[in-house]
Amino acid sequence: MNQALQKRLIEAVATSMIDHAEELTILDQAIGDGDHGLNMRRGFTEVMADVDGLATRPLPEALRAIGTKLVMKVGGASGPLYGTLFLTLGKELPDAPTQADAARALGIAVAAVMARGKSEPGQKTMLDVLAPTQAELAAGGDDLLVRLKTRPAASAEATVPMRAIRGRASFLGERSIGHMDPGARSSSLMIEAVCDVLGG
Amino acid sequence: MGIVIVSHSAKVAEGAADMVRQMVGNSVRVAYTGGNSEGGLGTDVAAIMAAIDHAWSDAGVAILVDLGGAETNSEMAIEMLGADRRDRVVMCNAPIVEGAVIAATEASGGSPLDLVKRAAEELSPET
Repeated sequence: MNQALQKRLIEAVATSMIDHAEELTILDQAIGDGDHGLNMRRGFTEVMADVDGLATRPLPEALRAIGTKLVMKVGGASGPLYGTLFLTLGKELPDAPTQADAARALGIAVAAVMARGKSEPGQKTMLDVLAPTQAELAAGGDDLLVRLKTRPAASAEATVPMRAIRGRASFLGERSIGHMDPGARSSSLMIEAVCDVLGG
Repeated sequence: MGIVIVSHSAKVAEGAADMVRQMVGNSVRVAYTGGNSEGGLGTDVAAIMAAIDHAWSDAGVAILVDLGGAETNSEMAIEMLGADRRDRVVMCNAPIVEGAVIAATEASGGSPLDLVKRAAEELSPET
């Protein structure tokens, strides 16, 4: 992947997380411990600080470096979960991925996040955005980028009526119903940021 | 054998470690960590790895955690230890304070890691 594009992608994802920190925190205050936005901002501020260095490295290496930063800096449960997502993508993606490479790598990364969180789609987590995104990627088609851009927000919205089974929100049981999952929202924001850059 | 206590709160972690030392003495290495990298409530993978190093024993290390993120972060820390050591570190699914005391008691009697884990987990209603 060319360095300029790689830099724009990293910047777009990191900026989105930093700019939406307050919104994510408000979502997390409703059903979690209210630190998701702050945690993500801390992690991605670290990523932004090194964006020039990350842009010059081969894509798999850059993704692994981002994953390690998130593991070390984010804290909470989202650090290891997003860290695992990026570390696995870095392990599975080639330097210049095709759509098929991306679908395959995201499939493995979603499975790794499931194992890390001992969770699966349908339990009001980031997986409820990542798994449908992976399905769209695997399906492909002419309007893929349009679907990839709109599906994550709809998937995040679909977590509102779900009842949390895993994570802090699961302590609330029935009371977790009626709120969007903050991890689903942050995943949706990340994918939208990537699509905005790729869509030009 | 070593015991590592991982809480979201530095005070809880330190207090639990104090209780272990008072009840079991210094025959077992105890390390603790609590709080995120900025000193707020949370857990920190790098700090957990450092605590494991601090409590390290070739007989193994048992980790006790409180809430979800502490568990996920501890599992991540174990994975990042490297192949030669990660098999000698276990997580105990047990209440953090009681589990730490029971695990340390069992360890101070010379029990191997799997028995220490089992003793702590007998406290847990799920097991």
